Parts: sequence; structure tokens; C-alpha cells
Amino acid sequence: MNRRALLFATLALLLCWEAAALLLNKDVLPPPTVVAVTFFRELPGELGKHFAASFYRVAVSVMVSVALAAPAGLVLGQSKRLNRLFSPFVYLLYPVPKVVLLPVLLLLLGIGDLPKIAIIVLILFFQILVLVRDQAAAIRPELIQSVRSLGAGRRALFTYVYLPASLPAILTALRQSVGTAVAVLYVAELFATRLGLGYYIYINGSTYFDYPAMYAGVVAMSILGLGMYFTVDWLERRLCRWQYVI
Amino acid sequence: MISVRDLSFAYAPGQPVFSGFNWTVNAGELWAVLGPSGCGKTTLLYMLAGLRTPQGGQVQINGQVITRPRPQTGLILQDYGLLPWATVRANVQLGLRLHRFYGPDGRHAPRNERIADLLPAVDHWLERLGLLPVADKFPGQLSGGQRQRTAIARTLVLGPDLLLMDEPFASLDAPTRESLQLLLLDLRAEQNLTTVIVTHAIEEAAFLGRRILVLTQPPISEPLIIDNPGAGREPRGAYRGRPEYQQMCSRLRALLDPAA
Repeated sequence: MNRRALLFATLALLLCWEAAALLLNKDVLPPPTVVAVTFFRELPGELGKHFAASFYRVAVSVMVSVALAAPAGLVLGQSKRLNRLFSPFVYLLYPVPKVVLLPVLLLLLGIGDLPKIAIIVLILFFQILVLVRDQAAAIRPELIQSVRSLGAGRRALFTYVYLPASLPAILTALRQSVGTAVAVLYVAELFATRLGLGYYIYINGSTYFDYPAMYAGVVAMSILGLGMYFTVDWLERRLCRWQYVI
Repeated sequence: MISVRDLSFAYAPGQPVFSGFNWTVNAGELWAVLGPSGCGKTTLLYMLAGLRTPQGGQVQINGQVITRPRPQTGLILQDYGLLPWATVRANVQLGLRLHRFYGPDGRHAPRNERIADLLPAVDHWLERLGLLPVADKFPGQLSGGQRQRTAIARTLVLGPDLLLMDEPFASLDAPTRESLQLLLLDLRAEQNLTTVIVTHAIEEAAFLGRRILVLTQPPISEPLIIDNPGAGREPRGAYRGRPEYQQMCSRLRALLDPAA
């Protein structure tokens, strides 16, 4: 994405926000200038602490999801037999809204970071699994045959063909699920915790009625999502350079 | 070199493609396997390559029964089989990387192969096949002819003694196809490579195959072999203009379609 275009869009959105705040003229929608002051004042203190907690949870969730789902997807994509066995389960479980399992996870896994990470992993796992599986299954048989003829067995095919072929699918899955991950994180942080941006936004909005602080939390959460989105973009340009040259 | 003994293969029960098929290829020969789509010629090549297992009988290469890909056999397919995410140079190095991955175990890579000895071959073949200017490009940026030359370079880097090709030039335009056919004849003569090229094109079989195996209607038991002594002789391009070539094409055409 063009940097200047992004900067321009950011400024335009801030202007809209400013205009809306002026028109509405209520405490519940403070202008971005006020929020910015709060944001930078709170960032080294309270806000930074909550941001770090949320960042940790979402980063670990993403890494665990990729580490579990990518190999599973590769195996299913490679083996027709295993895929036949498991695809009905994936088909049934994929559309189940996993976020409703949060209370169950809280009861089972306690109140620490674990249930929050688990719920995000549960959601990302299926999205990555399905995309990686389909990508691995779509590899042309001719490619596999000619690499086998050069001497590749199962292990080398995995390393030199299946894994690099699935990288774009892993990154696409991440790009699509970053938004969901942050949204679920917000919901997860409303329960049984006093740490995290979800808690920070909720407590400032509904208990302290400190709207500038609440919006500072919203901005921090957006930056968290946006930062992950940018990271995926950056990884894609670095690792999948072949897709960008024509 | 290649000895096919009593080979049987069927896609479905009761529909044999090969049944009790015998065929011999001697070292250094250039064979074309000609036949219509679905006659089993690709299947035959895959069995020679060790990528498919015969249901009966066996394929032997240099006395060794083929049950899996043999490291000294090179295979070139119509759709190139290049890794889209690797540059031309990395694609050409792929065989060496795979052999290093396993080490010289005799299964995936020849015993007593030393990768260091093969490294100069990468630049040699990139240059010989005119690929140095595009060595850092990805397959998606290349023409069909360049892609197929990359696949050929990748195979030759490993110094094979047998080259198997499945419709290698079928998706190329006519001038590119003809220049690659000439290149193949040159390379084969230089390296004294035993070569089997599968094709559905009568002109290609007549131009390249010193000996031609014609596969007609399955099930195939007896090999139908046509000798074509003029193919591949110096000057290599000239054969296409000769009456023997025209006669060979007519003869093959009549064999493939007796009604015509």
C-alpha cells in the first residue's frame, strides 16, 4: 500500500472524527485531539501496561495457532485418507461460534492468560487449518512428481514443496483472522481479569465514565490490530517475493 | 539399459493398458514413444521413472528392479514442475539441495556423490542453456521455453544417465519447440544420454526418435517398433526437409489411424 495514500486516509478519518465530535458535542464522543493528549499521557503508565498484556496474549495466540494448525493442515492436504477421515469433523466444527465457549474455558482453565489465549487459538486454528489444507491439496501433482524424481522423499517434499507452498495460505489466514483475534481478545478481557485493553476500555467507559481514556484504549486496540496487519503484510512481501513480481 | 519384462497395468479392473508387455532400450539410444491420449504412454514413462508401480511384471534399469525413483534418472514433464517460489538458479540447484538433505544414501542420491563436485555444474548449465540473464527471476516471469530450459538444466546438473521426457515441448509455440528439439538432440549427443521422449505429435516422434515405439489401442502386449535411422544425424535440423522424414510421418500417421 502506498504510504502517502495511507497517511492521507488517516488524516481524512481523523478529520471526520473531529467533525462528528463537534457536531454531536457530547462527552461520549471526545474529539481526537483530546483523545491524543490522553493517549500519550497514559501510554507510559496504565495504558502501556494494559497494551503489553493484550499484545502478549494475542501474539502468543497467533504463534500457537500457526504452530498447531499449519502442520495439521499440511498433513491433511497431503493425505487424502486422513482428510477423508477428518474433514467431516472440520466441516462441522468450523462454523461453530467458538467465542460462546469462553465461559466454559474460564471454568476449565482458570482466570489467567490461558483461557484468553485458548479461545483465540480455537478460532484461528480452524481458519488457518482450512486454508493451509486446501492450498496443500491444490499443489499440482506434476510438481510433486518432478521433485520426487529429483530424489525427494516425504520429508524433503514437506520441507521443499509443501511448506513453502503453504506460506501464502498461512499469511492469508492470518490477515483474515487478525481482526477476529483482536475482537475476541476484547470479549475475553471483559471477564475475570483486571489487565488488558478490553478491561481498560470497559472500565473507563462504564465505571469511570472517563471517555477520553476509553477512546485512548480503543485507539491502542486499533493500533494492536493494525500493527499485526502490517506485520503480516511485511512478512508476505519478504517471504513470498515471487508473488509480487510479474 | 532399460528392460521391461511382462509388464501389466490397468487403471480399472478389466481394463488393462499393458498386459504382458516386453520392451528393451539400449544405452545411448534415443526413443520416441508415440500414441494417442489415453494409450498409456505417460503411465509407461512413470513406471520407468519409478513413480508408478507395475501391477505385474517389472521394470529393470541397469539390472536394478525399479520400485521408487532412481537418483540417476532425470524426468522432464510438460508443465515444467518448477517451484514457483524459487528463482531459476534455486530451481536449478534443487536436486543438489535434495541430495544434500539426505546425503549420499544410494536411495535418494547416488552413493559416492559429492555435492561439491556438482556445484560448478549449476553455472555451467545455466550458461549452456542461456539462463544466466534470468538466473534471479522467478518461473512466473519466464517464457515457456525458458521454463522448460530451466527444468532441463535442473535435471542435467545431477549428471543423469537416463533422461525421461513426457510431452516436454507440447505447450510451446512452434519456433521455441523446434529450437528446443534441436537443443535436445545436441545435448543428447554431447552427454551420450539414453533418452525416452513421450509424445502425441507424429512430427516430433519422427524428428527426434531414432527408434519409435508406437502405442495404439490398449491393451498393449507386443511392442510396435519403427526404426528411424535418419533422425538426429548431422546437420540436425536438415532431417525435417528430407523425403525420408515425410515418409516416416505418413507411415506413423497410417499406424495411428488405419482408417485414414
